[in-house]
Amino acid sequence: MTLATTRWVGSLTLMAALGMPGIAFAEYPEQPITYTIPFDPGGESDVTARFQEPHLEEILGVDVNVNHRPGGGGAVGWSEFQNNAEPTGYEMIGVNIPHIIAQPIMRENAGYETDNWKIVTFFHTTPNALIVPKDSQFETLDDLVKYAKENPQAVTLGGSGTFSANHLGALRLEREAGIDVTYIPFTGTGPLPAAVQGNHVSGIFNYSMLGVQMQDNARVLAVASEERVPALPDVPTFKELGYDIVGGAYRGVAVPKGTPDDIVNTLEEAFAETNKRIAEKQEPLGFVMTDITDGEVDEVIQQLKTAYQPILEEAKANQ
Amino acid sequence: MDMLLEALFSILTLEGLVTILAGVTAGLFIGALPGLTATMALAVLLPFTFTMSPLQGLMALGAVYMGAIYGGAFTAILINTPGTPSSIATTFDGYPMARQGRAYEALAAATIASVVGGIIGVAFLLLLAPPLARLAVVFGPAEMFWVALLGLTLVASLSSGSLLKGLLGGCIGMLLSTIGVSPIGGETRFIFGIPALQGGIELIVALIGLFVIPELISMAAQGRGALPESGKLQGGAGAAIGRMGRHIFGKPINLIRSCIIGQIIAIIPGAGGNVTSLVAYNEARRFSKDPSSFGKGNVDGVIASESSNNVMVAGSMVPLLTLGIPGAPPDAIILGVLLMHGLRPGLDLFTETGVLTNGFILSMGFAAMFLLPVGLLGGRLIHRVVVKTPFYFLLPSIAMVTILGTYALRNSMTDVFIMLLLGTVGYFLRLIGIQAAPIVLGMILGVIAEKGYVQTMLVAVVDPIPWLRLVANPLSIVLACLVVLSVATTLLPGWLERSGRMAKVDSDEEKTS
Repeated sequence: MTLATTRWVGSLTLMAALGMPGIAFAEYPEQPITYTIPFDPGGESDVTARFQEPHLEEILGVDVNVNHRPGGGGAVGWSEFQNNAEPTGYEMIGVNIPHIIAQPIMRENAGYETDNWKIVTFFHTTPNALIVPKDSQFETLDDLVKYAKENPQAVTLGGSGTFSANHLGALRLEREAGIDVTYIPFTGTGPLPAAVQGNHVSGIFNYSMLGVQMQDNARVLAVASEERVPALPDVPTFKELGYDIVGGAYRGVAVPKGTPDDIVNTLEEAFAETNKRIAEKQEPLGFVMTDITDGEVDEVIQQLKTAYQPILEEAKANQ
Repeated sequence: MDMLLEALFSILTLEGLVTILAGVTAGLFIGALPGLTATMALAVLLPFTFTMSPLQGLMALGAVYMGAIYGGAFTAILINTPGTPSSIATTFDGYPMARQGRAYEALAAATIASVVGGIIGVAFLLLLAPPLARLAVVFGPAEMFWVALLGLTLVASLSSGSLLKGLLGGCIGMLLSTIGVSPIGGETRFIFGIPALQGGIELIVALIGLFVIPELISMAAQGRGALPESGKLQGGAGAAIGRMGRHIFGKPINLIRSCIIGQIIAIIPGAGGNVTSLVAYNEARRFSKDPSSFGKGNVDGVIASESSNNVMVAGSMVPLLTLGIPGAPPDAIILGVLLMHGLRPGLDLFTETGVLTNGFILSMGFAAMFLLPVGLLGGRLIHRVVVKTPFYFLLPSIAMVTILGTYALRNSMTDVFIMLLLGTVGYFLRLIGIQAAPIVLGMILGVIAEKGYVQTMLVAVVDPIPWLRLVANPLSIVLACLVVLSVATTLLPGWLERSGRMAKVDSDEEKTS
């Protein structure tokens, strides 16, 4: 109880402090930084933030408080952040692609815009992976594609969320391979292992991490990365197999637009250094560490927007 | 066996026991605060475990989990407010007991039931993890649909008096659950252009609003505290504990049934503790010789609810540790911790790192045992505070804690407004006889049923008659029959009574029971 109280008191003081005009930026950072995760505790974003927290604190020399603002697949937290956060460098929020691209296109009013903030860095990606049950009739991706061609819609692929990285991955596979599969959205990654092992779906489109986690109980047919995922050395990429599908989720962190450049740089360096330190722990889990900053951020977003926009527009027209 | 002994010794250190004790105590108080759930308790305390060794960290979290699930019972019994969603069913009989001056009896029963439940869950996990884990994967979308419907039949038994009003409440709850981004399909529904509503109405927010606020309003209106002050214990606390112990172990069938139900539901991914206690309560009522006494202060209801939800703590680790499937939301955090320490769920966990895993499991057993002293002592303390504090201090304090708890849940003022709005509406609904319980039930189960149904229909898109998929395999047929049976056993007596054949039914029941 005391703990919860101190947290409240802490955030109240922080709010009061942020309200004060004329904070000197010269010695940034000199107060605790709030790091909002717009998802539930326990997910990939949260686990990563937990990995980062102690290192960020050590590097920046101030407390970094991770808090959660889940809802609407991240949209609730993002819309609140774009509307309310101050560009002081003391408030930052986790951002995910393709969520921040897809939601504003697909929803009437997601409450935020894809570009209305300064993305500090994308620190890792988790490529999509196509996973089938261990006793599945599909030994390779070709088996699955061949079967799907003969039996339209009969192959059911589960995944996390709608118009999420997983869903878009499945849609791209349909386009690339000229097949028609049935995508079954699940809420989050949690229920997917059971769906595969219980043979409730023909396979799942999820992240490489789950492929690593389920090595003993399932077969990974392909991963959607440029090069093979270090933790899954025997699994071919879609590219190797002749399908131009590279994608998955990118996770990063953003600050409000107008945050001074030197502050953004400080954060950028802190995250890059943190990434180096936690790579040893995260890579074996199936994460692919990246350090995408500045111009590259826009490049990645543009590139993926071009890849996803026609798929999304088409889906929206069909709704 | 060696591994088990080694694990036992590794936790039987002063440091280990203090960790468990501190974890249980912290969990208990966080769980007792409405709005702070077991998941939150784990998330908040997680950073503190970073400095600990993997085993100690897991021990602390397991203890917090155990304490938090149990702590929800305190507020459920004393102020009719489930501290965590898994103690909703505890309010049904716990609070009426408290109003009759039997609060401490209810607390003692909840404590003993939780301790036994916790230990039985650990036993299941230690002895039967691999075969039980296989059960976890057989529940697909169609089965989940039927499990949710089975839970919804509980509405009938909750609505003592008017079935129609109960059903109305259930429907209101299901409608509320559709607000926000749809679980399957991702469309936004009923958000009226307000981005904050994309997140929907969080269950806990509704829970606090619908249970606490109406209770506070009636207390204020009647100028009374939560409990009658005259609630003197008959023969003191010790006698109450002894009486409850004898009651529970004298006829253990209720306890055993609730524990088995708790274990089965705990391993179904996506059902979790919210559903376990509801189903266990419903079955306790169904099998009781005197179902009409439920909801009016029957201690068996408290026992069923609290034993089943504490079985879930260790029970939901079965699919988590063996297959990496979190059985309940707090397990997702435990999974994160395992991964953080480089531990991958699977058989390796029981062989290569067996000492660690077994230590973690055993520590949950110790945590369950610690509930007894901590709970009985803490229970007396909280009981005294609630009874002795004048209502004009108690009510504002509860209101304050409620609002802070609601805000802390998702750091959201929107949630506070929704909570207050639902609370006010809930008060008037209660005046016309629509209770909070069926509404909340509709909210919890509406989502599960929707997901199950839509996913089944999607999978069946190539079938000529898609809905046949709902009964395509033996398990779903069994579940569907249970639903029909459950509806029939609730509706038949009423129907027979109206058609003037009630006397006959009564005598039949006497023969069979």
